[in-house]
Amino acid sequence: MRYPALLPALVLLPLLLSAMVALVPRGPRRLAGAAASSITGVLGSAVVLALMIDGGSWEFALAGWEAPLGITLQADGTSTAFLALMTVVGVAVTVYAAAEPRLAGGPDFWPLWLVLWAGLNGVVVAGDLFNIYVMLELVTLAAVALVALGGRSAAAPALRYLFVGVVGSLLFLLAVALVYAETGTLDLLQVTAALEPGPVLTAIVALTLLGMGAKMALFPLHAWLPVAHPAAPAAVSAVLSALVIKAGVIVLWRIWFGLADDATAVRALGVVAGIAGAVAVFWGGAMALRSSRLKQIIAYSTVAQVGYFAIVLTLADGSAAGWSGGVVLVLAHGLAKAAMFLAAGTLAVAYGTDRLSHLHGAITHTPMTVAALGIAGISLAGLPPTFGFVAKWQLLMAAIEQGAWWWIGVLLLGGLLTFGYTAAMVRATFNRPGDDEVPAPHRVRSVLAVVPFTLAIASVVFGVFSAGLVDLVAEDPTVRGHG
Amino acid sequence: MTPDAQVDYSIVPLLMLLTSLLPAGIIFCLREDQVRWRTTLNMAGAVAKVGFVVALIPPVVSGDKLRVSMPWVPGVDLVLVTDAFSLFFVALSAGLWLVTTIYAIGYLEGAPNRSRFFGFFSLCVTATTGIALAGNLITFLLFFEMLTLVTYPLVAHRGTKDALDGARTYLAYTLGGGVVLLAGVVWLTALVGPVEFTAGGVAAVADLAAERPGEATAIGALLLIGMSVKAAIVPLHGWLPIAMVAPAPVSALLHAVAVVKAGAFGIVRVTHDLFGLSVAGELGLLPVMAGFAGFTIVYGSIRALAQDDLKKRLAYSTVSQLSYVALGAALVSPLATAGALVHIVHQGMMKITLFFCAGLFAEVQGISKISQLAGVGRRMPLTGAAFTVGSLGMIGLPPLAGFVSKWPLALGGLDAGTTWVLPVLIASTLLNAAYFLPVVYALWRPEPDDQEAAVPAVPPRRRLEAPAALLWPPVVTAAMVLLMGVAAGWTYSPWGLAEIIAGGSYR
Repeated sequence: MRYPALLPALVLLPLLLSAMVALVPRGPRRLAGAAASSITGVLGSAVVLALMIDGGSWEFALAGWEAPLGITLQADGTSTAFLALMTVVGVAVTVYAAAEPRLAGGPDFWPLWLVLWAGLNGVVVAGDLFNIYVMLELVTLAAVALVALGGRSAAAPALRYLFVGVVGSLLFLLAVALVYAETGTLDLLQVTAALEPGPVLTAIVALTLLGMGAKMALFPLHAWLPVAHPAAPAAVSAVLSALVIKAGVIVLWRIWFGLADDATAVRALGVVAGIAGAVAVFWGGAMALRSSRLKQIIAYSTVAQVGYFAIVLTLADGSAAGWSGGVVLVLAHGLAKAAMFLAAGTLAVAYGTDRLSHLHGAITHTPMTVAALGIAGISLAGLPPTFGFVAKWQLLMAAIEQGAWWWIGVLLLGGLLTFGYTAAMVRATFNRPGDDEVPAPHRVRSVLAVVPFTLAIASVVFGVFSAGLVDLVAEDPTVRGHG
Repeated sequence: MTPDAQVDYSIVPLLMLLTSLLPAGIIFCLREDQVRWRTTLNMAGAVAKVGFVVALIPPVVSGDKLRVSMPWVPGVDLVLVTDAFSLFFVALSAGLWLVTTIYAIGYLEGAPNRSRFFGFFSLCVTATTGIALAGNLITFLLFFEMLTLVTYPLVAHRGTKDALDGARTYLAYTLGGGVVLLAGVVWLTALVGPVEFTAGGVAAVADLAAERPGEATAIGALLLIGMSVKAAIVPLHGWLPIAMVAPAPVSALLHAVAVVKAGAFGIVRVTHDLFGLSVAGELGLLPVMAGFAGFTIVYGSIRALAQDDLKKRLAYSTVSQLSYVALGAALVSPLATAGALVHIVHQGMMKITLFFCAGLFAEVQGISKISQLAGVGRRMPLTGAAFTVGSLGMIGLPPLAGFVSKWPLALGGLDAGTTWVLPVLIASTLLNAAYFLPVVYALWRPEPDDQEAAVPAVPPRRRLEAPAALLWPPVVTAAMVLLMGVAAGWTYSPWGLAEIIAGGSYR
C-alpha cells in the first residue's frame, strides 16, 4: 500500500479546514472544529496505518517537480512514529477540547489548533530545509496564539514565547541560508551528500542547535516554558508539551544526524548539548519537586525531559539502540505529558484550582484522573513495563555500548527525580482523615477523565507490545553513524 | 529443574497471572457498595490460583516446565516459566493470599475506599506471582518494580500523615533499590545478552566471570544490593519498621510473602540460578552476603527486644528472620540451601500468623503495646494460642516449622565450613526467645487487677472471641505451622520440595 500522494494532504487538508472553521460563527464553531479535527485525525490514522503496513519509506514530489527545483515530501519509519504520536494525541485533545470549552480557551481554539496540526504534520514530512522552516514558523505562531487563549494573565507569557520562538526560527533561517549558499540546494538528502566538512558546516550545526534549543526549551534557554505552558488552557498545554516541543526535536535530530561530522568543533557541540541536557534533567526535576501547582510541576518536568532529547544527540551517535531509544522516548514523553496535562486540567475543573494543597480526597472522588497522573508519571520515570522504560532501556544499552558511564547515572537519577514529583502529586490527592464527610467537588463530565486515562493506559500497552514499533524505527535510514 | 526437564509451551503461566490481574481490573471499576461482587471476585481469583498450584505440583516435581514468552524490548523477551522454585514461591503466595483475603474482608468491613484497597491488593499478588514465574532477569525486574508501585497505595491507605510519610519512606528505599537493580540488569544484558534463570547457574555468566571477574563482581553486587533493599538487610532495612503504619492485612502480606520475600527470592535466584554457587563464591559475593546476613540476624533481634509496640517488634523480627534466607543462600551446602528455601515458606506462615493475631488484638481489644497485653490470652484463647504457636515456631522449637528451617541451616553452616554460623544462630535463637517469650507469658498471665473483675471477660452473648473472618485465618495458619513441622518428611511438604529444588543447584 503506497499512497505517497497522501503526504501533502496531511498539511493542506487541515489548513483548508481551518479556514473553513474560522468562517463558522462562534456559536456552532465548536461542533465544526471538532468535526474538522476528526477528519484530520482520520486522515492521519490512515496515513500512519498505510505507512506501517508498507513498512518502507515514501517520497512525493509536489506537482511532479523533483528536487532541487520542486518541493519534496518524505516519510520514513521515524516520520511514521512521529505522525502516529501527533495523531493519537491530536485525537485525544480534540475529544477533550470538544467536551469542555473552558479547557480549550473557547471557540477560537479550533482554527488555531487545525493550523498547528497542519504545521506539525508538515515539519515531520517536509523533505527540504526551507519547508521545514516554514512549517516551524506556522507551528510557532499558532502555538503562541493558542497560549494567548489562556486569558489576560497569559498575554505576557505568550509574548515572551513569541520572542523566543521567533529568535529560534531566525537562527534556523540563518543556518538554512548558509546551507543554500554553500550547496545551492535545500533538499535534505542532497544537502547531506553535498555539504563539505569545514567551519561552515560547524556553523550550520551550531545555529540549528541554538535555534532548536530555544524552541524546545533546552537549558539554559528554557525560562519561557515553565511560564508559557501552565498559562495556556489545559488542552493547549498538552499539545504544546506533547507535540510542539517535538517539532523542534525532530528538526534538530534530522539536521544533526544528517549533517554533523567528526570534526572537533562538532564533537564539542555535542558535548555542550549533552552537558546542557544533563543539567536540564536535574534542574527541571529539582524545580518540579519544589513547585506547588500541578501544571507548573508538569511544565518543569518537560524542561527535564527535554534534557534527554539533547543527550540523545550523543547516545544515538552511531548506535541503533540509542536512535530507536530516542524516538521511543519522544513518543513515550508525548503520550505521558499529554495525559498529565489533560488530567491536571480535569482536576483544576473539579477542584477550582491546581494547587497541590487543595487536591486532597481527589483519589476517591476522581480516581481515574489521579490514576492517569500516576501511570503517566511512571512511564515518564521509565519504570517497567511502560513505554518510557522501553526507551530508557535502549538508551542505557547505548550508553554501555559507548562506555559512557556518566549517562547511566543521569538517566537513572533523572528517573528517580521524575518519580519523586509524580509521587508528590499523587500523595497530595489522598484523603485526609475526616475527608469522607467533605462534600465532593464540582462534578466533571466523565469523558474528561476517560481521555487522559486512555492516554496513560496507552503508554503501558505500547510499552508491553513495543517490539513491532521499535523494529519500524530501528531499521530507519536516518540512523547515520559517523564514528 | 532437572537438566533433561521437558519444556512445554503453554499459556498456563499467563493464566496464573490473570487469576489476580483480572479481578484487580474489575474490582477497580466496582462501586464501593458492591460488596458481594467484590468478595466473590476476590475469593474466586484466590481459589483459582491455589487450584492451579495444586494441579501443577506433581508434573513440576517430576521435571516438567511450562513456559510462555513474548518479544519485548529489542533482543529481550518477556518469559514466564514454572520451574520447581517458582512454583514453590507461587504456592506460598497463593495460599497466603487466600487466607489474607478472608482476613482483609473481615478487617475492612464498613471501611472506606475498599475497591481501591482490594484492587491494589490483587495487583500486589499479581506482581508477586510474576516475580515467582519470571524466567529471566528483565521479567523479574518488571514485576519487582510493579510490586513496589502497587504496594504504595496499600501502605498509604489510611491517608494520615504517618501513613503517607511511611509510604514515602518505603517508596524511596524500594525505588532506590530498583534503580540499582536496573543498573545491574542493563550492564549484565549489555555484556552477555539476555539470560534465563538456570538451576546451578548460567554458562554465559560463568564465562563472563572467568574473563572479566571485576565487572562480574560489580554486576553481582549491584543485583544483590538491589534485592537486599526489599529483603531488608541491614543497612537497607530502614523502611520496614516504618511501613508498619499500613493496615494489618497489608503488614501481614508485606512481611510474609509480598515485598520482603520478593527480595529474598531474588537473592536466591541471583546466587543460585544466575551466577551459580561456585561462581558467586569465587567472585567473593557469597562470603560478603553471608556476613551482612549474619549481622542482620543478630541486629534485628536486638532491636526487636527494645520495642514495646507489638507490630514494631514483629517488624524487627522480620528483619532478622529474613536474613536466614539470605544466609542460607550464601552457604555452599545443600542442607543450608534447602534450609533457606524452606524458611521462605515457614517464615511466611509463622509471621503471617503473628501479624493476624496482632491485628486481632488491636481490633478487638484496642491493644497495640506489649505492656498492655497482660491476660489477653485468657479473653481471646484461640488468638492467644495461634500467637503462641507462631512465637514458639519462630524460636525454633521442635516439632514446629521453625525448627525444620533452623536445624538444616545450622548443620549446613558446619557442613560448609563456616562455623561462625552456629554461634549466630544460637544467639539469634536465644534473642528470639528473649523477645517472644515475654509476649507469650504476658498473654497468659492473669491480669493483676483481674482478680476482683472475675472470670467472664468474654462477653457471654458472643459465640466467638472475634469475628469469624478475622479469627479463622490465624488459627488455620497456626495449624499449618504445626503441620509443616510434623509432616516435614512427606515428599510434597515444603521441606520435601525444598530438598528437591536445592538438589538442582548442586548438579
